[in-house]
Amino acid sequence: MAQAVETLTPSQSGLKILRALLVVVGVGIALWLGLRLLTDPDVFSGLGPNWSKVSQALVALVLGVGGIWALFYAANTIVEVLPARASDLLRPYVFVLPAVAVVGLYLIYPTVGTVAQSFTEVPEGAGPLTNYTNAFTNADVLIALRNNLIWLLVAPAAAVVIGLAFAALVDRVKWESTAKSFVFMPLAISFVGASVIWQFVYAWKPAGQPQIGILNALWVWAGGFLVDWGIVAQVEPVPWLQIPFWTTFPLIAIMVWLQVGLAMVILSAAIKGVPVELTEAARIDGATELQAFFRITMPSIRGTILTVYTTIAIAVLKVFDIIFVTTGGNLDTSVVAVRMYQEMFRFRNFGQATTMAVILLVAVIPIMVVNIRNLRRQGIGS
Amino acid sequence: MTAATSRMGRLSRRTNDGAGWLVKIVVFLIVAVWTIPSLGLLVNSFRTSVDSSSTGWWTALFNPLASDWTFDNYVRVLGSGGLFDALVNSLIVAIPATIIPITLAAFAAYGFAWLKFKGRSLLFGVLVGMLVVPLQLSLVPLLQVYQGAGLTGSFLGIWLAHTGFGLPLAVFLLYNYISQLPKDIFESAYIDGASPFTAFIRLVLPLSVPALAAFAILQFLWVWNDFLVALVFLGTSSNVAVLTIELASIVGSRGEAFHLLTAAAFVSMVIPLIVFLALQRYFVRGLLAGSVKG
Repeated sequence: MAQAVETLTPSQSGLKILRALLVVVGVGIALWLGLRLLTDPDVFSGLGPNWSKVSQALVALVLGVGGIWALFYAANTIVEVLPARASDLLRPYVFVLPAVAVVGLYLIYPTVGTVAQSFTEVPEGAGPLTNYTNAFTNADVLIALRNNLIWLLVAPAAAVVIGLAFAALVDRVKWESTAKSFVFMPLAISFVGASVIWQFVYAWKPAGQPQIGILNALWVWAGGFLVDWGIVAQVEPVPWLQIPFWTTFPLIAIMVWLQVGLAMVILSAAIKGVPVELTEAARIDGATELQAFFRITMPSIRGTILTVYTTIAIAVLKVFDIIFVTTGGNLDTSVVAVRMYQEMFRFRNFGQATTMAVILLVAVIPIMVVNIRNLRRQGIGS
Repeated sequence: MTAATSRMGRLSRRTNDGAGWLVKIVVFLIVAVWTIPSLGLLVNSFRTSVDSSSTGWWTALFNPLASDWTFDNYVRVLGSGGLFDALVNSLIVAIPATIIPITLAAFAAYGFAWLKFKGRSLLFGVLVGMLVVPLQLSLVPLLQVYQGAGLTGSFLGIWLAHTGFGLPLAVFLLYNYISQLPKDIFESAYIDGASPFTAFIRLVLPLSVPALAAFAILQFLWVWNDFLVALVFLGTSSNVAVLTIELASIVGSRGEAFHLLTAAAFVSMVIPLIVFLALQRYFVRGLLAGSVKG
């Protein structure tokens, strides 16, 4: 652009080229040395266990964070010493190609590869659809598919209903922001962490011993009244995470617990965007609070509800951590993502694993289409 | 104008007053269900293993003076438990895995928004279109590439993996923001002789801080809390294992380390909770803008 107008004397341009070469070589050597340092486990061992770990962390941070900037700086330096026309032509690619290349290597190439392998990675002489016929005739895979369907039917709906109810109700209490923070907080917790938290909620001790899980403690305590009133003979504590098939539902509750905050915060913002005049006018015309909510507020935020529902539905389809950590997919609680991991690492059957991934993709795409269409209609994310 | 504002004020006050006892009870119940599980874990993490496996955590709360409170679980889990290394590993993974995609995405978003070149809309469409693809689709071919290149179990490998998986959303969010910056500022910068690189560093980055922060929090929490990507590409050996991996292995061990689980779980939650509470405003903005990730 503007500086392209100046003409450089040969010695100046020679200096610039020399500088660019130095920058590129320097960045290259520094990154290579840094990576060598990071992969050598013994390099900091003289510092004692804790300090060696901290030193390794510092090297890693400088390398990871500084490295990416050094690479951009080096690339830009090269482009700037080229003749003006070439540098104008190439400069945009310095900006966009690194991102395109990484996405190409990490998403585009593997996705194509996964779809291809699901057809080609079959036993000698077997047809290309072998992995798929195997999948849909394998009892365990069918159980995983059924469980994914149960998750998909229960979890997003439960999270949206609770989130919406909470968002609508909390609007009317004085301690609104505190209450919202508490419900929102699980969003910062990992699926693994949440699974640990809920294992203690679901903890089970045989009848007669004091229960250490709050759910069974409440269950036995409340059941005591039923026994006293002669409604049931006795109430046994329930091993929530050890019942074949039914354990899926306590696991779904963990997911709902994690996702309600997301639903609540987005829906709450939407509810506050509905003009007060609309609901007030309905009330003046004699509508009850509930009628005003279902006839005015709900239809006005329909688009947002759909966005939240589809977002959670996609997260639910890919659910892995909760099941892997709690039941490991046993007790008929497996899902497609867990099955895929087992095909990869337990059975070493990459063909069957890619087939599970393709099934996930096919399940996600329609939901994504609904989501994108809905966002377009609202004029967001074009 | 004044009449309208006062009317609005009166109406909104009236809706706030309308909280009946039923509404309060339901709100309180939901808050309780969303708080008590974490509270129980927190209380148990300060009790001895004998106590927490024989009586409920609430008994300690009802009778705080008669209970044995202890920091022992935290001392043990951070000392011999190996969780200190895992904490450092999580930082080694999460910080570059946040900065690298943000940097790449900011450069790319600026390029797509303000520079003209061949194939611009095609490249942008393909890149953002990858939002649709669940990361499970990448696992098998990438693992094969990584095994061939010796990248499994390396920090570089997992930085790049998280970068790849986070980039479509990052480019999408940052493009939406950077493309809305006023055109005049770039023109005056170019007239003053700035190159696009300088304009990007001096103008675009400082002006995009809200969008950068929103994505940074989203990506940091996602990487910190990630289990699957770490399990597949980084593995479980103790010199690289991150917190979620260590936590899951304690869950699996049942017997000997099980009582350390409560403290370990809290150690893994401290940093995301701090980030989350400190930057909640940006986080909400990121969530609102980013509810399209596949």
